[in-house]
Amino acid sequence: MADELILEIVTPEKLAFSDIVGEVTLSGSEGEFGVLIGHAPLLSSVKFGELNYTKDNKKTYYVAGEGYVEITNLKATVLVESIEKAESILKEEAQKAKESAETELAGMNKDDADYERVKNTLDRANERLKVAEKV
Amino acid sequence: MGASLKEIKRQSVAVDKTRQITRAMNMVAASKLKSAQLKMENFRPYADKLMGVFGSLAGRAESTTSPLLAVREPRRVRVIMMTSDRGLCAGFNTNIIKEVGNFTKEKNEEGLEVSLVAVGKKGRDSFRKKGNIVDEYVEKLGSFDMSLATEIAEEAVPSFIAEEYDELYLCYNEFRNVSSQKPVMIRLLPASTVGSGVAESESTIEYIYEPSEEQLLAHIIPMYLRVLIYRGLLETSAGEHGSRMVAMDNATSNCEEMIQSLTQQFNRARQAAITAELMDIVGGTEALSAKK
Repeated sequence: MADELILEIVTPEKLAFSDIVGEVTLSGSEGEFGVLIGHAPLLSSVKFGELNYTKDNKKTYYVAGEGYVEITNLKATVLVESIEKAESILKEEAQKAKESAETELAGMNKDDADYERVKNTLDRANERLKVAEKV
Repeated sequence: MGASLKEIKRQSVAVDKTRQITRAMNMVAASKLKSAQLKMENFRPYADKLMGVFGSLAGRAESTTSPLLAVREPRRVRVIMMTSDRGLCAGFNTNIIKEVGNFTKEKNEEGLEVSLVAVGKKGRDSFRKKGNIVDEYVEKLGSFDMSLATEIAEEAVPSFIAEEYDELYLCYNEFRNVSSQKPVMIRLLPASTVGSGVAESESTIEYIYEPSEEQLLAHIIPMYLRVLIYRGLLETSAGEHGSRMVAMDNATSNCEEMIQSLTQQFNRARQAAITAELMDIVGGTEALSAKK
C-alpha cells in the first residue's frame, strides 16, 4: 500500500503530527476502524485508546485521548486532547496507576460519586499498558 | 537646597535598587510572555478546527439534543472570572473586577442572582466579601495545561445540568497586543451557535456522522467548553505578562528620571557646599590680611 493519506494529529498543545501515511487505525466510539485514502467524508468521535498508522509498511503506535476525527478524501485530521507515543509510555508508571486504581475501586460501590472517575482512570491505565506492550 | 548631600545620595541609591528590580521584573515578564504567546499560537489550530466543526453541527441541532443547549428563563447566573494571581500589572485585574462588578449590578437589578467562580487570587480577594464565590482556583496560573480547563469545566457542567444556575458566563482579558488588553464577557452555557468565535463552516462536504449527529454534538460540546475556557486562561496568562512588562518598563523609566533629577540635585548641593567653603576661606584670608 503506497503512502498517500495525509494524517494530521492536533492537540491543544501543538500540531503533534503531520505526515503522509498508508493506513490509520483509530478507536472510534463505535469501535475500532481503519482509514485508507479515498475514504468517504466522515466525522466520528474518538475515545481514549490506541491509534496507529503505517508508513513504509511499518506500524507506529500511539495512545490518543478523547476527541474526534474528520476524514475527507485525502486527509484525516485527528483532534484529541492528548497523544502519547507507545515508546514513551512509562510502563511502571502505568502499572502503578492501574494498581492504585484497582485498590481504590475494590473498596467502592458502583453508586459512589467517584466510581466513574476511578473506573475511567483504570481503563486508561489498562489501555496505555496494552499499547506499550506492542512495541 | 534643603536635603543634605548624604540624604540625596541615600535616596538615589534606593531608587537605583528599585530600578534594578523593576528592570528584572520587566525581563522576566517578557520571557514569560514569549512562552505564553507560543502556547496560544500552538493552541490555535486545535481551537479553530473544533470551532468549525461545532459551528456546523450546532447549526443543525435542536436545543433538546443536549442538556447543555437547554435555554431556561434565567434566574441565577454564574460568572467565571479570570484574573491573575499577582499584582504589579497595571489595570489588568482592576478592569476585570470592574467589568464583573458592573455585570453583577446589572443582573441584580434585573432580579437575578449572580455567583462567581474565581480564577486567580486578585479577583478572589476583591470579591471575597462583596461577592458570592462558589469555587476558586488560585495559584494555578503559574504553569497550567488543558487539565485546568477540564477541571473548571467539569466542576461547572454538572451544576448547570442540575439547574443550580441557568447561564454561565466567562469574563477575561482578551489579549490584543502587549500593551492592550480588553475585558470581554462571553456566554458559555447554554451553548449557542450565535456565540462569539463560532465560525460558519464554509465546507459543503456532506459527512457521514458516527455516532449520530446529535450524539457527536453532545460529545463535542464539553470539548467546546474546555476550548473556550482554555483560551481564556491562555489569554489571561499572556495578558498578565504583557501588562506587567509594560508596567515595569514604565516604572524603570520613571526610576531613571528620578535618578537623573536626584543626581542633578546632588551636584547642585555639592557645588553650593564648595562655594560656601570657598567663601569662608576667602573671607578668612581677607580678614587676616586686613588685620596686618
